[in-house]
Amino acid sequence: MLKKTAFFNKHVEAGGKIVPFAGFEMPIQYKGITQEVNRVRTTVGVFDVAHMGRVEVSGEKALDFINEISTNDASKLELFQAQYSAMCYPDGGIVDDILVYKLEGKWWIVINAANKDKDIKWMLEHKPADVKFVDLSDEITQLAIQGPKTEAVLQPLSNIDLSKIGYYRSAHGTIAGIPTFIARTGYTGEDGFELYFPANFGIKMWDELMKAGKKFEIEPIGLGARDLLRLEMKYTLYGNDISQYTNPLEAGLGWITKLDKPKFVGKEVLLEKKSKGLATKLIAFTMAGIAIPRQHYKIRTPNGEEIGEVTSGNFSPSIKKGIGLGYIKLAYTNPGTKIEVDCRGKFEPAEVVTPPFYKNASHK
Amino acid sequence: MEFPENLKYTPTHEWLKVEGDKGSCGITDFAQSELSDVVFVEFKPVGTKVEKGKSVGTIEAVKAVSDIFAPVSGEIIEVNTKVTTSPDLINKSPYNDGWLVKIKIANSNEVATLLSKTDYEKLAHH
Repeated sequence: MLKKTAFFNKHVEAGGKIVPFAGFEMPIQYKGITQEVNRVRTTVGVFDVAHMGRVEVSGEKALDFINEISTNDASKLELFQAQYSAMCYPDGGIVDDILVYKLEGKWWIVINAANKDKDIKWMLEHKPADVKFVDLSDEITQLAIQGPKTEAVLQPLSNIDLSKIGYYRSAHGTIAGIPTFIARTGYTGEDGFELYFPANFGIKMWDELMKAGKKFEIEPIGLGARDLLRLEMKYTLYGNDISQYTNPLEAGLGWITKLDKPKFVGKEVLLEKKSKGLATKLIAFTMAGIAIPRQHYKIRTPNGEEIGEVTSGNFSPSIKKGIGLGYIKLAYTNPGTKIEVDCRGKFEPAEVVTPPFYKNASHK
Repeated sequence: MEFPENLKYTPTHEWLKVEGDKGSCGITDFAQSELSDVVFVEFKPVGTKVEKGKSVGTIEAVKAVSDIFAPVSGEIIEVNTKVTTSPDLINKSPYNDGWLVKIKIANSNEVATLLSKTDYEKLAHH
């Protein structure tokens, strides 16, 4: 039986096309994927991200626990700061990419919807008995509101000064009178916030945001546009670009992999891989002509040597080109390198580029 | 979602409009909605002989790539060059401005094997 988020009726009302996703009935699009991408890039859009998992960890040893199961260093976090991180298996493969918030005497960890059960099992297996662990996913819901006009929409609804919340920082406040944990985070490249609040206020929050955003033509944004927005920034997607078979170093997530931490699950193997030198790396590429790369298309050199495979690919509405990510042999990963993508039997020319694809995002 | 009465349909979501010994074809409203925004279209060249169920071209959309399958056997006698430059016509007007190819029908008996509006509607809503 598929679950519904607190906003399900709003998706149906807005003409959302509902598909099963990670055990939920979720909107893949409303008015159209391209239009929704453009909406977020130009003004503001609202995303139902309630299907993601939200867990709370507390107790004296909570920090040690988080640092043991994640690649980034949570000890560096200040109060109300957020940190992008990953959990690894002992072999360096990725369990999930996660977001860690430091709150008052506790921590929140946000995990991918499709990995929720697996992640929670993994965390509980590694959790010391005296660390308290609560799954808040049903009780606390989550919306992302993203785009350059986000602050202008939210500020009149809030009791706190949102301009004081820096990137990857957060605060407690209210939105439309609803007690909300307000975080300047997101996965679109645009300025924006993620709102965490009691699920029973879901409909009220949705309606208030839509009303307040009217002058900026606010729209609900589906999973299709969400995927494109993250791809245009080269943000990795679990299940496509990262998985249990890829490691954070190859995925270009070395910046969240603190190999100088005393220990964490996967560290030894990752150190070894790093010292031996990586065999492949996740690259960003654009198509030279009119062609769209898709997941699992093969990548080869212009001489016909197969060097890798596409992990994500689509047509970018923002730069109007076919764009993609893929793992290829290290020797070919420099920006400017010419490659070819096997688009259903046609070898289409492409070039390795420096990410992001979209350079004008409002988050700097 | 609209499925005009005067068209014939395929289980692979194409429509055919028969005019004498010729037929124009395109993809259905359901198909365009499933594919989402069409980004570009490629056709086999005019003059190509195609068999029923074989590809006459490709539609690349934001959500997926899809072949356009010939509803009937015959020869491609015209392609809609307007959709090459404005692929969104397929989304906006799948049955009119967004038509794709015209085929000179080789065997008119094949037309009878296509689905009626009612049958197709059941399939699309399944």
